[in-house]
Amino acid sequence: MSADIWSWSYTLEILPILANAAIVTIEATLISFVIALVLGLVLAVLRMSGAVIGWFASAFVELVRSTPLLIQIFFIFFVLPRFGITLDAFTAGIIALSLHYGCYCSEVYRAGLEAVPRGQWEACTALNFSSWNTFKNIILPQAIPPIVPALGNYLVALFKDTPLLSAIAVAELVQTAKNLGSENFRYNEPMTIVGLTFLVLSLVSAAGIRWLEQRLNRRSVR
Amino acid sequence: MGMFSLSAMLVAALIAIAIMSLFGDNALFMSGLLQGAWLTVQITLLGSLLAVIMATTAALFRLYGAPPLRWLAVTYVEFFRGTSALVQLFWLFFVLPLFGISMDPFSVGVLGLGLNIGAYGAEVVRGAVQGVHRGQWEATTALNMTRWQALKRIILPQAFVAMIPPWGNLFIELLKSTALVSLITMSDLTFRAKTINDTTMQTIPIFTLALLTYLVMSLTITIGMRWLERASLRGMVRGRGR
Repeated sequence: MSADIWSWSYTLEILPILANAAIVTIEATLISFVIALVLGLVLAVLRMSGAVIGWFASAFVELVRSTPLLIQIFFIFFVLPRFGITLDAFTAGIIALSLHYGCYCSEVYRAGLEAVPRGQWEACTALNFSSWNTFKNIILPQAIPPIVPALGNYLVALFKDTPLLSAIAVAELVQTAKNLGSENFRYNEPMTIVGLTFLVLSLVSAAGIRWLEQRLNRRSVR
Repeated sequence: MGMFSLSAMLVAALIAIAIMSLFGDNALFMSGLLQGAWLTVQITLLGSLLAVIMATTAALFRLYGAPPLRWLAVTYVEFFRGTSALVQLFWLFFVLPLFGISMDPFSVGVLGLGLNIGAYGAEVVRGAVQGVHRGQWEATTALNMTRWQALKRIILPQAFVAMIPPWGNLFIELLKSTALVSLITMSDLTFRAKTINDTTMQTIPIFTLALLTYLVMSLTITIGMRWLERASLRGMVRGRGR
């Protein structure tokens, strides 16, 4: 009975294939997150700068945050080729993920930047720092440590959204599990393994973020 | 963003949809998309209801339940927050039938998304209940209320106010996750957009209209929750501004 529901030999057979797919998932996560971190900071700074640019940046962030990631992935994959920009599925997926999470990160950066006391800016003016110098050497180093946990949460969230790339046939974990399931008519093992992989990796990265948070708090004297 | 900017965006999105519908076959596409949108709305509403029920139950179990109930709540929250929503849906849809439990896609969608968002909501509810000032509990003890009476009449109504903004975010999160049910054969807004695109190849207007429709729905939720927040704050005297 139990052999019908779960076959260990099949499990061993598909494990290496799923391990390869896990690498694609992790690659997509890390590349997208790095781009999202940069994009988020740029958007946050734009929103704080001018009135017109700021309003457009806010509207863009609001638009991206209010629409589903899946349809954004479709949009980039199917609509951009109409303008002559043809992308392979993996690249399109990376662009969609980093745009989506870049907008979320920009909100986090904004909170961090706004939390830096006004006096810090004023002191820089008094010391005749250029605004670039002020931003890079004084404001950012104070703004970043408190928001690391929030950014970390988005890393985990992004990781858990990578299965959406299966909708445009990127061979990441879920797509591979689905293919294996339909080839062998056994969905139980691949889907369960994928679910467990996500659970374990999320818990590990959550623990990592907590550790980082404690380290950063120890360093900054408040 | 302020209430004015949000309302302006909502009106602009509606006008954009109306203008786009004047050209070519767009009106036809839009009527197809709207049928899908209705399913999206249904799943969002039922899923939200389930999420609120699950979140409140899990949070109260975790805070005031006996140890086994507490562990159950913690496991539920960690499990659904720790795994991907799409994997959860696929698991409910493809794996559960192997154990003899088959559900139609609609139920899988509502159940999967409701449980998923409910797990996030449980932390919101817990935070809000714990955020109620300690003195409120002490006052209910002084007035000889039972724990249940205190919770129902004093604590939860105050926690409710603090919960509204994060719940607003979660409802939008849920609305956006409904796009996932298109991958378990349901013809929601995303699925319609994809199929109409496959047959007509008019990619740009179809996906733009779909995006705008989602935007209208989430702006409606945002504005509605802001209104609810304002309405429930009325008459409440608190340290921080109104």
